[in-house]
Amino acid sequence: MLARRVIPCLDVDKGRVVKGTKFLNLTDEGDPAELAERYAREGADEIVFLDITAAHERRGTMLEVVRRAASCAFVPLTVGGGVRSVEEMRDVLRSGADKVSFNTAAVATPELLTACAERFGSQAVVCAIDARRLPVRDGEAQRWEVVTHGGRRATDLDAVAWSQRVVELGAGELLVTSMDRDGTRSGFDTELLAAIATRVRVPVIASGGAAGPDDFVAAVRDGKADAVLAASIFHRRTHSIASVKTAMAAAGLPVRPIEESLS
Amino acid sequence: MSGAVRVAVLDYGAANMVSITKALAAVGADVAVVSEPAGLAGIDAVVVPGVGAAGSAMSHLQERGLLDPLRDWVRSGKPCLGICLGYQVLFESSAEGDVATLGVLSGRTEQLADAPTLPHIGWNSVNVVRSHALFDGIPDGEYFYFVHSYAPVPTDERIVLAHTTHGRPFVSAVASGRTFGLQFHPEKSSEAGLRLLSNFVGLVATASGEERD
Repeated sequence: MLARRVIPCLDVDKGRVVKGTKFLNLTDEGDPAELAERYAREGADEIVFLDITAAHERRGTMLEVVRRAASCAFVPLTVGGGVRSVEEMRDVLRSGADKVSFNTAAVATPELLTACAERFGSQAVVCAIDARRLPVRDGEAQRWEVVTHGGRRATDLDAVAWSQRVVELGAGELLVTSMDRDGTRSGFDTELLAAIATRVRVPVIASGGAAGPDDFVAAVRDGKADAVLAASIFHRRTHSIASVKTAMAAAGLPVRPIEESLS
Repeated sequence: MSGAVRVAVLDYGAANMVSITKALAAVGADVAVVSEPAGLAGIDAVVVPGVGAAGSAMSHLQERGLLDPLRDWVRSGKPCLGICLGYQVLFESSAEGDVATLGVLSGRTEQLADAPTLPHIGWNSVNVVRSHALFDGIPDGEYFYFVHSYAPVPTDERIVLAHTTHGRPFVSAVASGRTFGLQFHPEKSSEAGLRLLSNFVGLVATASGEERD
């Protein structure tokens, strides 16, 4: 049975892992490759690097981070942020990443998803969707709008409709982040997750708001997510990957057990 | 045996070469990245990695002149390990783009039937149906990392080593003589994956030892 994945996310700025609240107030939390290796050892099912370096400061630092991480962490690696062309995606994959996640670039040029899926396969194309709750009008269902540029820019896109569209365009996986919950440790927006996961066939990764193991259980059970992503609770060792997986297994969810060394 | 086993990893396009080469090196192989037929000289085993679409993989192999050498390599019984797309192209054809593939194993690559999600991405259990040294020390039902939408349907049941279920069961590992195929990525499957690669390298070492005798 396909296991539900637990994915630590490393926000990387100029080659260092950082974490802020709602993309602000960044603090240095360590070396990306070292953290990736540690997480792989501790049972991470996959690792996501989000490059939040400003475009003008980006000079291939991320490729080096990926190369170093792929040399010591033998688990899947996803890189998001800053990839805007088929050629850039090729470079990231050749550095050792398995997937590339598109966010702002997908909103700006949706056909990029198609071009990359045709070249590398849709399994390598992740579309990150940052969504924010819209005020509910009388008698209407909750809706979410897509935001870009780290939450600074609103779009006219409905998050659920957008998720369906990007899957049609070629995205093989969706990384859904609640901008209302990101960094707040108030739990995932399971309504948002379920609204998307029940309407697409590709796997959905839940992101934004993890505070503890129970939130991971809720993201899968109530949000119908295939995978759950978190950053600061792992970096700060508030919770371990093992404790999260133990809670998920106890709730009857299939997880890959933390390995004892086989060799 | 003297010296490390020399493994060529075929580089035929955009695949992630870092993980597979580092993982093979981590289990003691002497790894060469090979993108032209001349690179196969002095090699003990070939690994065909891969991710992407079958059609583009075939045309990249063709462009680099690797198609016939690879086919000859496998047909002459030399050790070969196909991973993911590299496993699929060992068969006769693929429903992905309806293309002819290498045809060194009989069967066709089909899209996963009744899959609850596609692509099939993530860690799934591999249920070994035939005992084989490739899975030595790996518990039955161990989790490995998958990322694919298609899988081969071998004509010959006897080559099947393991099944995995996503919707319906599919063949996740085969062995036919010294030709091996894995639908999952050992290089992305942490300790279990390294153990399997180590077993493969061990099998190659035995095979090359026999040939030298």
